[in-house]
Amino acid sequence: MQVKEALEKFGRTPDKLIGAMLAYQKTTPCNYLTQEDIREFAKETGLPESRVHSVASFYSLLSTKPRGKYIIQVCHDVPCYVNNSTNVVIELEQRLKTKMGQTTDDGLFSLEYSSCLGCCDKAPAMQIGDNLYGNLTAEKISSVLAEHRRKSHE
Amino acid sequence: MNMVNAKINNRAVSVPEGTSILHAAKDTGITIPNLCYHPDQEIKANCRVCVVEVDGCKTLQAACATSVREGMVIRTNTQKVRQARKVVVELLLANHDMNCTACKKNNHCGLQEIAANLGVRESRFENILVHREIDTSSPSIERNQNKCIKCGRCIQMCAKVQGLAILDYIGRSGDVEVKPAFGWYLGDVACVACGQCSVVCPVAAITEKEDIERVWEAINDPDKTVVVQTAPAVRVSIGEEFGLDPGAIVTGKLVASLRALGFDKVFDTDFTADLTIIEEGHELLERINHGGVLPMLTSCSPGWINFIEQYYPELLAHLSSCKSPQQMFGALAKGYYAEKIGKKPEDIFSVSIMPCTAKKFEAVRDEMSIDGKNPDVDVVLTTRELGKMLRQAGVDFNQLDEEDYDAPFGLSTGAAVIFGATGGVMEAALRTVYEVVTGKTLESLDFKAVRGLEGIKEAAVDLNGTIVKVAVAHSLSNARKVMELIKSGKAEYAFIEIMCCPGGCIGGGGQPFGGTDELRLKRMDAIYRADGALPIRKSHENPAIKKLYDEFLIKPLGEKSHHLLHTKYKNRKK
Repeated sequence: MQVKEALEKFGRTPDKLIGAMLAYQKTTPCNYLTQEDIREFAKETGLPESRVHSVASFYSLLSTKPRGKYIIQVCHDVPCYVNNSTNVVIELEQRLKTKMGQTTDDGLFSLEYSSCLGCCDKAPAMQIGDNLYGNLTAEKISSVLAEHRRKSHE
Repeated sequence: MNMVNAKINNRAVSVPEGTSILHAAKDTGITIPNLCYHPDQEIKANCRVCVVEVDGCKTLQAACATSVREGMVIRTNTQKVRQARKVVVELLLANHDMNCTACKKNNHCGLQEIAANLGVRESRFENILVHREIDTSSPSIERNQNKCIKCGRCIQMCAKVQGLAILDYIGRSGDVEVKPAFGWYLGDVACVACGQCSVVCPVAAITEKEDIERVWEAINDPDKTVVVQTAPAVRVSIGEEFGLDPGAIVTGKLVASLRALGFDKVFDTDFTADLTIIEEGHELLERINHGGVLPMLTSCSPGWINFIEQYYPELLAHLSSCKSPQQMFGALAKGYYAEKIGKKPEDIFSVSIMPCTAKKFEAVRDEMSIDGKNPDVDVVLTTRELGKMLRQAGVDFNQLDEEDYDAPFGLSTGAAVIFGATGGVMEAALRTVYEVVTGKTLESLDFKAVRGLEGIKEAAVDLNGTIVKVAVAHSLSNARKVMELIKSGKAEYAFIEIMCCPGGCIGGGGQPFGGTDELRLKRMDAIYRADGALPIRKSHENPAIKKLYDEFLIKPLGEKSHHLLHTKYKNRKK
């Protein structure tokens, strides 16, 4: 997808910027917006580059740095915390051989924190793209990762 | 107007509906501390220093963002409020470079003042500041993120008033920084160096590039003849650095203070402002009579020059070829005065006191040297820097007796003084052009249509039956509108004055802290009072200018003028 296509689909007014950037970002190989992308969004919307960069750097769903194909977002809010989300992070870090905030060497997964995902009844929880995973255990994490590895080969 | 009644600290107040608690409190003699609030900007309510207690509200309210409502009971000085404000300040300090004595804004810092008033001596929180590089890439402006409190005043100034939006927030929450897009250096982006950000920054995150030491060195060098020029707008603002009311006209004290610092000769940029009118006026007539590019645009304001070179280079042919008064002065100091006193250009050290940060950039341009080796202006100091220098030397500004400028660049006219306000160059030009073209004497010298703070002003003048339309714009968001008008072919003007800063030079980026319209209007009023009080008010009647042409320049737009007083500007699109 081109920046222009995304803007044509969503509209070129400032209020459509986030939606257009999200849709465009999804189609990029490394799940992020390059400097050139941001400059193009600015040019096409007539917004200042500083503003577009500011928006891109503010929202956790947008990134200005290369990320993995799948973004694992672990809930960092209180109900998940009291349900041992710390162990979820440790488990993920060990299995993926990476650290929170970083991307795996094969470029498949990035590990991030997220604010409340709105499913405190299933704490601890995480999301990958549009999919939510709750009541996480080591086994469940293992199967979710395997499922995504499989999907990446399809 | 509907009035609402409320109580602030048990005192009854009655204020117009919509008045903020901050303003209402001020009327009752209570100053509520604030950092992000600025009277001419949108309410940001992000610093949280202005919190107050309102009966019936569970949480503290930001006084800047809360309107007084009927029956409201407000308390500004409870223990809860004081504690909350202290915590806010301590949190700001925990992410702040607390080396106040080494700070450029020491004693002039909004955060320091509030901390002192609240009795905060140290932060109970661990300092988590990660020291970041100070951006010194611009010759005019320095950005020190270690001092930034993220209030957003600079962002609004740059985006809303100048229409450039060079700075914005990058990142989120505790990691947020105020920077140009992609974290680039200021010197690498299309910043015009106007310094308006530095005028509203409450701390030392954005300041002018300080050049005071270079001036001290020159003054203490026995081989240098150190000459200084003072811009029109400085005489109505430098008093503010010493506690005088905005708009105090202190020309004589300014001259005396510069002599007290040790400058060998104290000259006036007003002299070359008069010269600019003669050269630019003749250039305009030349263009009108010989089918030159119109409308002609003024070229006095270096922030504006930076703007057109970087944003509208396709319109550069409209720009007058005249150097700014500062650079005309510099060229004359090195190319005329040096010889007159039997010195070489390199023996002259030329300093200018400007209300401007972009002038620092202008002075280091390659074009601004008569011999390609010596810069015509060696150092530019802002009004604020002169204030610092005088305090360093212990000069008691207010006690000084008034003194006069030195010859031969000391005599000037009211037309030159008004260069300091938006519309002033236009008015000065009209006074001269009218009389030169028609041979008649103007009945009234006051062209009131071009005065005041309106963004874009228009006037028309009858030159022997030809109606010449002119326009005046100040601040770059207005300049942009005029540029678009020219591009669309709809600008029916012969001559347009553009000043980069709001209000013109009196609102310049090097002026004393504040940047409010209230300040600008007071300084502007002083400019016109100073003009009215001068015996000569038309540039072409300045006898010293006439003498300079007789002795040296021969005629306007002549060969010497071409070499010393005119230049070319270039496409610098980024």
